[in-house]
Amino acid sequence: MSTVELENVSRWYGNVVAVNDISMTLQPGVTGLLGPNGAGKTTVLHMMAGFLAPSKGSVTIDNAPTWRNPGIYRTLGLVAEREAVHGFLTAHEFVLACAKMQKLPDPAAATKRALELVEMTSAQDRRIDTFSKGMRQRTRVAAALVHEPQVLLLDEPFNGMDPRQRMHMMELLHKLGDEGHTILFSSHILEEVEQLSGLVQVIVAGRLAASGDYRRIRRLMTNRPHVFALQSSDDRRLAVALIGEKSVSGIEVEANGLTVRASDYGSFTRALPRIALGEGIRLRKVLPSDESLESVFSYLLEA
Amino acid sequence: MSTVAYITARGLLGRRRVLLLLPLPLLLVGLALICRAYDVDPDQWGQAVVVGLGLAVMLPVISLIIGTGVLGSEVDDGTIVHILTKPLARRDIILAKLLVAAGVSAVTSAIPLFVTGVLADSVRFGLALVVGAVAGAIAYSALFLLLSLVTRRPVLLGLAYILVWEGLLGRFVSGTRVLSIEQYVITIADRIAPTGMLDGKVSVPVAIVMTVIFAIGGTIYAVNRLGSFSVAGETS
Repeated sequence: MSTVELENVSRWYGNVVAVNDISMTLQPGVTGLLGPNGAGKTTVLHMMAGFLAPSKGSVTIDNAPTWRNPGIYRTLGLVAEREAVHGFLTAHEFVLACAKMQKLPDPAAATKRALELVEMTSAQDRRIDTFSKGMRQRTRVAAALVHEPQVLLLDEPFNGMDPRQRMHMMELLHKLGDEGHTILFSSHILEEVEQLSGLVQVIVAGRLAASGDYRRIRRLMTNRPHVFALQSSDDRRLAVALIGEKSVSGIEVEANGLTVRASDYGSFTRALPRIALGEGIRLRKVLPSDESLESVFSYLLEA
Repeated sequence: MSTVAYITARGLLGRRRVLLLLPLPLLLVGLALICRAYDVDPDQWGQAVVVGLGLAVMLPVISLIIGTGVLGSEVDDGTIVHILTKPLARRDIILAKLLVAAGVSAVTSAIPLFVTGVLADSVRFGLALVVGAVAGAIAYSALFLLLSLVTRRPVLLGLAYILVWEGLLGRFVSGTRVLSIEQYVITIADRIAPTGMLDGKVSVPVAIVMTVIFAIGGTIYAVNRLGSFSVAGETS
């Protein structure tokens, strides 16, 4: 079990502040690092991986600083965004070389295990520069995992992967997270984070805009309207009844149900079953339709 | 360390880039052979071929191609990250790279220099050139390895050092010769096999001490630079 800790970390390049006073603690499990392009995600990841010195503050893994400390790479694996690999090596040679550089007691066995984990055994004797983007990515993940690091950092790991590879990678990260590894991956695509992780660290313009379970974050912002999609046995009659409720700020009647905007999450979800029951209307579907990260994100950007 | 050296050597020799190393040695040996075949007096061609082409151009250019290739190309394409994310002392990484660079440069330039030296004068002269080439290859490699860590354009800067500093200023401004690896090589080789062809402009102690300073100083500074190697994000 390893913990990655950022304490009041800032990083600037000349006059440009890329990361501004961020503090966060990463625990075992999968965490998503989320933010629009240029928000500072890669800068944060590079500081965690020891490839950039924080201008201020401290970045530590299990209390050891990551900057100028090659020893941390025993507990850390990094899958960088740039997909550069030594293309003249085969996948097996490459992962084996990584295992040897990690000074593992049995590099051959570790290599075999890592390649099996990412399902690359069938292509392991081909040169990497003949690989597709997804295969390269998996090879790089195998190389980063060969020493079974406690902490795995991935920068935009799903870029260029097809849906099947994406799913396989998500399963893999889930599995590692459940086994107690500390996994952080960055993404600007919300669905990825949503499917993979309930825990998010949202970075907007170099600042930590939100941190924690993204559904809870969403709920905390009660001053924003929450949108629900409803289907019932009598949509119109339900609409009439709901508009009298104080927490409802708007209703649209659509072909396949109602879209209800509620100003207060708590009181609306309490009032809805009461009203439906009172009117004798059967609810068929209640879906908080904007619980996607996309909306969390745009709220945070506006705030 | 051996794995780093292995990957470095594979990257250097396993690619088409290695063919770049061939023309200059072939030209050097070819010219010497032609001169010998037509029985031209070595006093007339020896200095021009051995010093003008061999020591002033071939040795530094080969060292430049290799010295910037072992690390600079990995920095350029980002593959260096795979080596840096390992619990290896930065000193070991630099030493492995330097070993490969100096070794390959020394072999590639010492062999044609030996042949040329034998054709121009004697086996002793050939061996003197080998010793000079090895010393020069180590110093040049350390310098060019360091350049690939301090600048994004190591090849350009290295060429400027070879052509402008050593080639141009070295001819006219005597003070620059103290910092010219080419002059150390000439002095060292001339000390081992004195001939009329080599004309060292620095003293032997200066040549030896400065060669060591270039090699060790460059290595230490490179280790330090690699220790604080920063990767700037492409999207950040």
